Amino acid sequence: MSGANDPYDPKQVAALSAETLDGAVRAATEAFAAAGDLEALAAARPAHLGDRAPVLLARRELGALPPAARSDAGKRVNAARVAVTDAYTARLAVLEAERDERVLAEERVDVTLPWDRTPRGARHPLTTLTDRIADVFVGMGYEVAEGPELEAEWLNFDALNISTDHPARSMMDTLFVAPEDSGLVLRTHTSPVQARTMLERQPPIYVVAPGRVYRTDELDATHTPVFHQVEGLAVDRGLTMAHLRGTLDHLARQLFGADAVTRWRPSYFPFTEPSAEFDVWFPEHRDGPRWVEWGGCGMVNPRVLTACGIDPETYTGFAFGCGIERALQFRHEVGDMRDIVEGDIRFTTAFGVEQ
Amino acid sequence: MRVPIGWLAEHVDLPAGTTVEELDTAFVRLGLEVEEVHRPPVTTGPLVVGRVLEIEELTGFKKPIRYTQVDVGEDEPRGIVCGARNFAVGDLVVAALPGAVLPGDFAIAARKTYDHVSDGMICSVRELGIGEDHAGILVLGQDGFEPGTPAAGLLGLDDVVIELNVTPDRGYCLAMRGIAREIGTGLAVDWRDAGAVTPPAWSGAPAWQVEVADGARCDRFSMIAMEGLDPTAPSPWWMRRRLAQSGIRSISLAVDVTNYVMLELGQPMHAFDRGTVRGPIVVRRATAGERLTTLDGVDRTLDADDLLITDDSGPIGLAGVMGGASTEIGDRTTSVLLEAAHWEPTGIARTVRRHKLPSEAAKRFERGTDPEVTVVALARAAALLAEHGGARVVGSPVDADTRGPRPAIPLDAGRPARIAGVDYPTSQVIEALTAVGAGVDADGDQLQVTPPSWRPDLTDPADLVEEVVRLAGYDDIPSVLPNVPPGRGLTERQRRRRSIGRALAEAGYVEAPAYPFVGTAALDALGLPEDDVRRSVVVVRNPLSEEEPALRTTLLPGLLATLARNLSRGQRDVAVFEHGSVFPGDRRIPAPVPGVDRRPDDETLAALLGAVPAQPWHVAVVLTGHREPRGWWGPGRPAGWADAVQAARIVAATAGVELTVRAGDLAPWHPGRCAELVVGEQVVGHAGELHPRVCAALDLPARTCAMELDVDALPPAPVPVGPPISNFPPVLVDLALVVPEEVPAADVQAALRAGAGELLERLQLFDVYTGPPVPAGSRSLAYALTLRAPERTLTGEEANAARDAAIATAAERTGAVLRG
Repeated sequence: MSGANDPYDPKQVAALSAETLDGAVRAATEAFAAAGDLEALAAARPAHLGDRAPVLLARRELGALPPAARSDAGKRVNAARVAVTDAYTARLAVLEAERDERVLAEERVDVTLPWDRTPRGARHPLTTLTDRIADVFVGMGYEVAEGPELEAEWLNFDALNISTDHPARSMMDTLFVAPEDSGLVLRTHTSPVQARTMLERQPPIYVVAPGRVYRTDELDATHTPVFHQVEGLAVDRGLTMAHLRGTLDHLARQLFGADAVTRWRPSYFPFTEPSAEFDVWFPEHRDGPRWVEWGGCGMVNPRVLTACGIDPETYTGFAFGCGIERALQFRHEVGDMRDIVEGDIRFTTAFGVEQ
Repeated sequence: MRVPIGWLAEHVDLPAGTTVEELDTAFVRLGLEVEEVHRPPVTTGPLVVGRVLEIEELTGFKKPIRYTQVDVGEDEPRGIVCGARNFAVGDLVVAALPGAVLPGDFAIAARKTYDHVSDGMICSVRELGIGEDHAGILVLGQDGFEPGTPAAGLLGLDDVVIELNVTPDRGYCLAMRGIAREIGTGLAVDWRDAGAVTPPAWSGAPAWQVEVADGARCDRFSMIAMEGLDPTAPSPWWMRRRLAQSGIRSISLAVDVTNYVMLELGQPMHAFDRGTVRGPIVVRRATAGERLTTLDGVDRTLDADDLLITDDSGPIGLAGVMGGASTEIGDRTTSVLLEAAHWEPTGIARTVRRHKLPSEAAKRFERGTDPEVTVVALARAAALLAEHGGARVVGSPVDADTRGPRPAIPLDAGRPARIAGVDYPTSQVIEALTAVGAGVDADGDQLQVTPPSWRPDLTDPADLVEEVVRLAGYDDIPSVLPNVPPGRGLTERQRRRRSIGRALAEAGYVEAPAYPFVGTAALDALGLPEDDVRRSVVVVRNPLSEEEPALRTTLLPGLLATLARNLSRGQRDVAVFEHGSVFPGDRRIPAPVPGVDRRPDDETLAALLGAVPAQPWHVAVVLTGHREPRGWWGPGRPAGWADAVQAARIVAATAGVELTVRAGDLAPWHPGRCAELVVGEQVVGHAGELHPRVCAALDLPARTCAMELDVDALPPAPVPVGPPISNFPPVLVDLALVVPEEVPAADVQAALRAGAGELLERLQLFDVYTGPPVPAGSRSLAYALTLRAPERTLTGEEANAARDAAIATAAERTGAVLRG
């Protein structure tokens, strides 16, 4: 360090001379380059970038210089320090990259190993398909209505214009409940939910009612005595068969693709008049595009409106019902009804949680 | 209803070249669903009409055999051996000549049999594939055909039969007459109404003395008498053929004729042996306990609601359903009474149900026949019996007719358009109703429509609307979406059900809905005590299976059966769930049956809805095998009681309610491994390991686990409140407590929580230990506490105070001792 009374020529202060600084930079660069790994680099660092390193010692000398000389020398010192730091950083980057390459390669794992330690379960496709259908209607503004499976005979039949001795009643293949005067049946269709809804409130009514129903059928490849339907009911001013068709076409498109439409065939249900059965055009059918029978529909019989306390002169309504099992069979190419009802987990798991 | 196209073509001028497919389409458009198209079996090679010229009876064989000479239109007759005996010299028969192949790949060749060469075969109806009759060969009669005429066309072998599914409102389509009207209208071609015939003007004394004592149940009763019937006269082959095509067995000429006329006109008839009827005929209700032996030989006890045909001897027929045995046509009957009546449909339906006696006649009467054609049908039958059986009508018909006029239905001509959403001009409305057979009086747009006599189903304007729209065609209806007002979306309850299903599925359970039927055996296998409420079941009167006559009160039997089925199919690790209704049977109130002419009053409606038992929505899981499978990571983890309890916790968390778990004891669970699931103060379900005896009884693996919970018993979820989140540092404290073994961990945890107070952010049990140095009869529970203050950094003193308070409370409530 210079004495206080020395003339202040920075070139004469050895530590600040260009040669000294260049030398320090050179020495540092060589030392860093010579470091073969991160440990060696770390060991080399204090000598060239530590508190006692030449470029940092040089900096301390600056304060003693007269202001005129300080700027010039300061620039030189700074440049040298930056050069040493850069050399260090560059070497560090190289060595870190080398290390990473080596270490991360060593840490490689087989990412294809399975890890299904708690395998996912599944929801039954009848459930997910029912939800999907309900969602289509909820999206249109409908509400989901419900009714019990063990139902009052009056709601299952009489309120729907199916009188005691009408052939349609015996054709329903009903499961009756003891005792004989219980007045209860296992509902043969989801239509009693229509009656329940209309008895409960006045129009406008737009509801969809999915649920389980019962008939005395034998289980075989295409029938099951316990099955599921979705019922739709709309009662409002000015509803027509055109609105019914629009609604069914919309449902068909949501489930079976943009090209799906419905076709109607005149039919008979005591609770609708006029009545139709409807087929859906299913372009994706495994055996090629075709019409598939799907459900029944019609305009709510004014007698039903009357029995449920709705004025048939003011309101009209439409109703429809379709089988979920049947839709599942053709939408998902399920050949045998027994697969749907037997609960084999291999079948259900194929559908996942959301289908 | 089977419709032979050849028969239909006699009533309708089907355009030349009409294909079966075109008819199929036309029927469907008219609302007559085509169930099946029956195409006759294929016969190839020479099949011709032959005339029997000589019959030589061969003897000395096991059965009588005939060697015949048959003229088949060739220069020389052919010698044909035949085992049947129902023909005579001069009869026309059908002969299959060598080279013919009959249905069933039955090739005909000349062959030696019974010491003679048989140069062909004389065919029976069954061999021709056109019926079941194999009692003898088919005899075509004595004339009408030239020998050698190809027989295929004559026999209707190329006649297709279209089987229609006729809906119950359209009984008139259970006859060729109605089908002809429909298809004639649908195809817009000429057709003839077999019912629009004027019967002959018979004269003389009435055929019989008849009194109709119940005019409400029978508003028209017509009868003729015939004599001189040749009891041996066979039914003509074409009639037998058509009956066979229609699925009706040929019995005798008199019976065949009544069936044939029923198929043609839709009017069922009954033939009595006139010689056996004693005194006047009275149509009346039965007196309870009265008896009648019906044609099927069954002695029936009658109900006071049954309508009868009676004579001096008592009942001789169950009106509209089945005749009595005492007046049955026999093989010596030469004199008959033919009855054609109009019965009230619901009475017929009740009798059919009561006596379990469905019949072709009853099927038509239940749907309603045309009261206008009783005498027309008698005339048609009389003509057929005269032509084929030599019978003649005696005297004049009986015709007790008490029908009132049919009221006209007022119809606004604009109504069909308003219902269908299609503009139908008034002229089109009138045209359609006229085509249906209705009489229409128009006053501008106000129509008075008198439905045709064969359409009892047309009673309301809505019924007329359907006819108009149907005939115009449903394809004309456009597709328009209604403007639906905004809805409320799914209810909380509906969202909850969906979420529970998803959560369990995501947790590894597979949904498996089962049929909800159980039997006593299944409840016994669960070890339910005699007084268990789950034994109070709703019983199905006509169950699908006698073994499972009741509705489930718990989901477990079905779910365990599904589990067993999966195991039997080779699965080892199975976890399944079901959610659905159960049907408690401990409450019985008969449901009222109000009228339907208006809404039931509030009281009746409440009684009706109240009689329907609550059907709570349950969720259940069962599992066995490994909950976590073994894998490259190591061994698997067997499913255990804790998984079942955890399933309940998943359900509760999904439902947003707080679940308390405590020790329980309920069948079918292991008494030491049964958790009682509590929400608030209410027990909502149970979970744990099944009782070893239940596993044994159901042949399930040991330690199978189950959970069942009443979802409907869960209260609504409170709206969650967002907790304040503190950014100040936590103090983490671990502590271990020694507690008597019988103290539930849940109690210790609750005590710690209560003692630590508001500073406790999180409490986790991280170890359970028994064994030295913990004294026998106790166990060590180790907890990690996270303590944190909301608005400041917690001091050491504060943290220690909270920890000490927690320990003190645990000690006080559970006898816990801090482990040193």
